Amino acid sequence: MPAIAIERWAKANDSSPDAPIVLTVEGTHGPIIHAVTRAAAARGARAGARLTDARALDPAFIALSADPDGDAALVQRFAHWAGRWSPLVEVDGDGLRLDVSGVAHLFGGEAGLIRDMVQCFVAAGITARVAIAPTAGAAWALSHFGGDELTPLPVHALRLDPDTVRTLERLGLKTIGALLDLPRLALARRFRGGEDVVDALDRMIGRKPEPLTAAPTDPPPRALLKLEEPATHPEAAVQALERLMPGLVHQLQERQLGARRLSLAGYRVDGSVAVASVATAIPSREPKHLQRLLADKAAELNPEFGFDAFALTADWAESLASAQDSLVEEPSGTREMARLVDRLTVKLGPRAVRRPREEESHLPERASGWVAAIGSSLQAYPSTQPAAREELSRPPRLLDRPEAIAVIYATPEGLPRRFVWRRAVHDITRAEGPERIAPEWWRQPSTSRLRDYYRVEDADGWRYWIYREGLAGDGRGGAPNWFIHGLFG
Amino acid sequence: MARGLSLVAGGAVSAQVRPAAYDRLPSGLGERWLLPAPPSPTLAELFATHPRDGGWAGFLLAQLATDKPLLWVQDRMAILESGRIHPPGLPCPELIHVEARDAKDALWAMEEGVRCTALSAVIGELWGDPKVLDFTATRRLAVAAERSGVACWLVRLGGHANLSGARMRWRIESAPSLRNPLDRRAPGVPAWEAELFRARGLPPGRWSVVHDSDRFHLVAGHRDRALGEGQRFIA
Repeated sequence: MPAIAIERWAKANDSSPDAPIVLTVEGTHGPIIHAVTRAAAARGARAGARLTDARALDPAFIALSADPDGDAALVQRFAHWAGRWSPLVEVDGDGLRLDVSGVAHLFGGEAGLIRDMVQCFVAAGITARVAIAPTAGAAWALSHFGGDELTPLPVHALRLDPDTVRTLERLGLKTIGALLDLPRLALARRFRGGEDVVDALDRMIGRKPEPLTAAPTDPPPRALLKLEEPATHPEAAVQALERLMPGLVHQLQERQLGARRLSLAGYRVDGSVAVASVATAIPSREPKHLQRLLADKAAELNPEFGFDAFALTADWAESLASAQDSLVEEPSGTREMARLVDRLTVKLGPRAVRRPREEESHLPERASGWVAAIGSSLQAYPSTQPAAREELSRPPRLLDRPEAIAVIYATPEGLPRRFVWRRAVHDITRAEGPERIAPEWWRQPSTSRLRDYYRVEDADGWRYWIYREGLAGDGRGGAPNWFIHGLFG
Repeated sequence: MARGLSLVAGGAVSAQVRPAAYDRLPSGLGERWLLPAPPSPTLAELFATHPRDGGWAGFLLAQLATDKPLLWVQDRMAILESGRIHPPGLPCPELIHVEARDAKDALWAMEEGVRCTALSAVIGELWGDPKVLDFTATRRLAVAAERSGVACWLVRLGGHANLSGARMRWRIESAPSLRNPLDRRAPGVPAWEAELFRARGLPPGRWSVVHDSDRFHLVAGHRDRALGEGQRFIA
């Protein structure tokens, strides 16, 4: 994408192509031209020159500041989008490198692949030069300098540093062909330090491998669907999901995997991607279940200018042995539960669907921790012996935040007699306590006070769990405060 | 504690159902008594007479089976007004808690839960009289519960008894607890005033009950002082 900066700018600002506009970045000695429009190029401006030099040629240039970060983000977005052709895409400066080995036949051979890419980029309004070559270096050279052969290309195409290139040119070695004709030994001896010319040559002609970085060794199971025409109707994603699911499930089955996270990516014609993803509580490759999970989210994908390709990927898969529980379909408890958790979590969010987890703490509000149900396996709440629990007598309901109450008591240390909670008066007829719970000094500030919990019952028989925070004269604040914390059944 | 569920879910019903005031109460806890129950798991509605009275929870928990996990749905207002469930205080070991944004989400979650046969019961607490909770919604829950055999409890906090498809409708209020044999000043075994004000195929009634290890007992209503004083202090 040789003109991405100027094209992005032109799209954003809707400018006429005839204006002699140059985009500049700040250099050490004043602004340096970063990108130029075609009109500006015709008047002699070129990227890399100083703005003042260009102005000397033609004072009519309009200089605007460039946005390299925005350009890089756009390239990154295109890299994501290029996932439609190959799973292996790498950003390389202002270009993209795709590993298309074994991919081209899906698009009608290499020529078909190139045609498809060019068409897509034209549709997106971005000039792109595409080249396919057996090595990444050769592809870069061909796409940047054109032509069909490497030998007539200038030595610039080796991507050496400018000093080395200058040295080579001074020696009269102007093309790659000329370099290839020299004995390797002499070349290696002459350019020993720094940039290795022989290395660059070897990479280009494939004597040395140049792998794309971050090659995932085990690509996730993935199913692709390419549409003849961009689909703009909102059900497109759901229909695509229906078509893709059997293929993905087949792949999962062959590799004995179950999906933990699934995502449906819709590739739009304008070069953006919309993704809907869901997670499951246990690995699953049940088409009906997975489809039901993803369908709602898929329906929400906005086609904007239309989707022309879809990919369904199991981003996170865990091994799942093939199993048949019984001949008749008999739902197993764990699986049913996991499915329920999946459905609830997809709709309500992981923070709303939770499962208790016992914490090592005596403070009631800490003792019952909650974890998202989707991330944890279903297990019994580690129950203490029922008898022991009855002795502890915890209430079945706890207020999220203890609420302050006004309490009348016989003596400061004695049983409470009456309290006011939410403006209603409760006369305490029976009370049991105190159960003293000390603050956790290892995590709470030293000023935190102990709590004396009382089980109380009022005249109507309503039972509450209230506590007094602190003692009179414990040196951690004034008179103790009373709070209500729980409701007994 | 929870073996009482079989009484609700299963079987023998209603021959012994009589208002408490007419019973001769023997010493001890009172008359052993089976809770009126529909023949199979279904939707029951439980009204708390006051949202700040947690008595219904004890009445409900006493009837739950604990062999399978439980789904407990609360809407946000219910959590704010009468607290979040506290697992150390519950008898059920396995539990999934759903904090629903509103009644609509809560009802949806309950319906999903009722269709899941791996659950023992679904409990949903709704605050007030939400618009979405109409006859259709409750009827859907009732039908789904009967089809899957998962008991469903719809708990209404601060709501009114409007039109509903629930098969049993209870109104539960805490009553003063029984005498604590160890400490006269401490609360004892919790007691409830349970009013069954509408049920399919069962006569309505009002009872004072406590829950013992396996079944409910009738006790003197706390307003029947003449009967009550004697009985309450025998125990």
